[in-house]
Amino acid sequence: MSAALKIGFENPVAQSQAVFRAVMMALARPGTVRRLDVPVDAVPALDPAAAAVALALCDYETPVWLDPALAADLQVQEFLRFHTGAPVTEARALASFAFVPLGGEVPALDDFAQGSLDYPDRSTTLVVAVEALAEGEGWRLTGPGVAGEGRFIARPLPADMLDRLQRNHALFPRGVDLVLTCGDRFAAIPRSTQVDA
Amino acid sequence: MNAPLTSGYNFAYLDEQTKRMIRRAILKAIAIPGYQVPFASREMPMPYGWGTGGVQVTAAVLGADDTLKVIDQGSDDTTNAVSIRKFFEKTAGVATTTVTSEATVIQTRHRIPETPLKEDQILVYQVPIPEPLRFLEPRETETRTMHALEEYGLMHVKLYEDIARHGHIATTYAYPVKVAGRYLMDPSPTPRFDNPKMHQSPALQLFGAGREKRIYAVPPYTDVVSLDFEDHPFEVNKFDKPCALCGAEGVYLDEVILDDRGGRMFVCSDTDHCETRRADGNRGEMSPDSSENRP
Amino acid sequence: MYVAVKGGEAAIDNAHALLAHERRGDPSIPEITPDQIREQLALAVDRVMAEGSLHDRDIAALAIKQARGDLIEAIFLVRAFRTTLPRFGASEPLDTSAMSVRRRISATYKDLPGGQVLGPTFDYTHRLIDFTLAGGAAPPAPATATQGEAAPHVTTLLDDEGLIERNPSAAPDAPVGDLTREPLAFPASRDLRLQNLARGDEGFLLALGYSTQRGYGRTHPFVGEIRFGTVQVGFHAEDLGFCVDLGTISVTECEMVTQFKGSAEAAPHFTRGYGLVFGQSERKAMSMALIDRALRTAEFGEDVVAPAQDEEFVLSHSDNVQATGFVEHLKLPHYVDFQAELGLVRQLRSEFAARQADLDAMRKEAAE
Repeated sequence: MSAALKIGFENPVAQSQAVFRAVMMALARPGTVRRLDVPVDAVPALDPAAAAVALALCDYETPVWLDPALAADLQVQEFLRFHTGAPVTEARALASFAFVPLGGEVPALDDFAQGSLDYPDRSTTLVVAVEALAEGEGWRLTGPGVAGEGRFIARPLPADMLDRLQRNHALFPRGVDLVLTCGDRFAAIPRSTQVDA
Repeated sequence: MNAPLTSGYNFAYLDEQTKRMIRRAILKAIAIPGYQVPFASREMPMPYGWGTGGVQVTAAVLGADDTLKVIDQGSDDTTNAVSIRKFFEKTAGVATTTVTSEATVIQTRHRIPETPLKEDQILVYQVPIPEPLRFLEPRETETRTMHALEEYGLMHVKLYEDIARHGHIATTYAYPVKVAGRYLMDPSPTPRFDNPKMHQSPALQLFGAGREKRIYAVPPYTDVVSLDFEDHPFEVNKFDKPCALCGAEGVYLDEVILDDRGGRMFVCSDTDHCETRRADGNRGEMSPDSSENRP
Repeated sequence: MYVAVKGGEAAIDNAHALLAHERRGDPSIPEITPDQIREQLALAVDRVMAEGSLHDRDIAALAIKQARGDLIEAIFLVRAFRTTLPRFGASEPLDTSAMSVRRRISATYKDLPGGQVLGPTFDYTHRLIDFTLAGGAAPPAPATATQGEAAPHVTTLLDDEGLIERNPSAAPDAPVGDLTREPLAFPASRDLRLQNLARGDEGFLLALGYSTQRGYGRTHPFVGEIRFGTVQVGFHAEDLGFCVDLGTISVTECEMVTQFKGSAEAAPHFTRGYGLVFGQSERKAMSMALIDRALRTAEFGEDVVAPAQDEEFVLSHSDNVQATGFVEHLKLPHYVDFQAELGLVRQLRSEFAARQADLDAMRKEAAE
């Protein structure tokens, strides 16, 4: 079946809004796991949650970086082009969004657009698929959006992910924002979050 | 705007591409609390300076199952609040309310409701001049560098000069705050009475400045600290009397002139708060429905 | 007895009804039609198109009617309409040298290829109220002439001698900035500055341009040329693979030849200021050209000392829709903030009075 036949959102206006609101609240409350409550008809290589983020937030103004496996997947290319019109870029430092599927290698966070001190918003949002997401256990999260402290963990992630997130936070207000997807569930760790073991 | 809008407009007026652009700006604003994200503000069918930033943020956030409240000066019935509420009733068909606790999205100009906000409520502020340093340094290129370098000495000097001249910090509204220990932020022209409500609020606070093309945010549970000095700590505006209608204390009051002989009364600026209290049986000294005042 | 104000909604509806009534005026006078406005108030239509950033004479005429002749209000209506229109891309650059010229004058040469064409202008009318217009007499038929020889740009003639700075060569693939899609950041590139000025308020541009003539950022301008007429608009359709003709629009173009520059490396040559607006508006195009040149001050290594040279000042305040909104927003209720200020001023006054009383007491003691 052609990827273009995947309809993405059945009702783009309402579903884009619902996905955006969920992503917004995920970033506003780092480490809280949310469920996507809208159906997404997407290509198999993309998590429903990752596909939903792309459909809701990407367009011709947002260069997208794809993990090599996704970039090589014509269905993914066609799906993104047809539904979002987003240009695919190989330059991580130019990407507004970056997608890493399950099993993909997470590149160094500082390879992506970090923004500048003048314009820290000119940075990449990284969407990484994982097998498991859980709140209430694992890393200790503090900072804006976290009442007191929170606990959160996602697996699998690179062994040095904690160190990478700490270095990313140390760059604040520069840095990338991370959205972790797991099927139809997802959570976020913005650059503002302090992550500790 | 007398004729009904035709059905040719998208849900909540803005086209989807514009909404995506605004939504991306909101996400960045949340990730960098207090930083003003530039966005390609659109020309709205209402004048700049009348809430076009707040309206664009609300339009980007709003869904069909939301319940919207719009206030101006704390009141749901001021003309501009009525006009904006009508705009969204017309273009989005969403439910509206005047009851703070029932609203999922509250758009405001110049006040934060007295009723404490809850998790998952969103407060959208209309912002005229988003740059807290603008009246000290008119150049955007300069103030941007100050934010980049976290160089806020100018503001401290200004506040200190107030103290030297008047014995007090003479800023009574739009009182500058530091967000999450990093960015200096303009809370919009709310009275400084409302500043403490921003600190560690369970609600998400979004700020839209349409003419100046900036969006910024304070996530829930975020430190918002009003600037002050050890020997001149931050103080909220104080009132001598409770609300004359509902008897509430510790709320922000409007002064109402009753006659040309110095007659005046002070009443809740938050009309929903006042009405709710009166419905609960609370009375103030000049309440029209208290027995001694009934004509 | 005071009760909180209610009924804002009814008041707004009533105000709108009253506005519609006032717009119509005396019903015994025939109602004006947008066609009449388009044909007979054509320069008002031109201004609304230019500052509304939308070349549509009918929409502009309707907006003028709806706005009761308030042109800034009409510009606002057009802008709010424009923002909802779908966007297909950017047109090909206009070729103004191929303009079908209705008016073309140069102040730098007595005569030149293509000639001086006065066209429809107020320039040499005696500003005497024409009472015959009140009666609606038909004007005499104008003399007509067929389009004469081609009219190359004056600056091209100067170019041939190397007397004026070269325009940067066209970069067809370079993206053109659009301040309606990207927020303006400083320093702004010249394309964005020109876009800002083209949409800017005629009165604001006029005053700033005038200020450069009076010494606030002098540029020694000469009107190389003003031309008004119609030009073709082409659009390169990606899916067709060739340029399609979208029709013609009317524009006024002004090229100012300004103060010469030179250095150890470059021979002295004149510099340029450029203005282009929809419709016929020489006042606006000339002002724009003066300010364009003034805004290039830093580029020529000169100090920015005058308002018209100050990019942030000019570009941030040129838009009359923004300006009118923010100035007029002061009539919205501000009583919450005013109450905060009242409280402070009362407190400061009572502290002042207390200090005065103390001082008086001390003086009295000292005197005794």
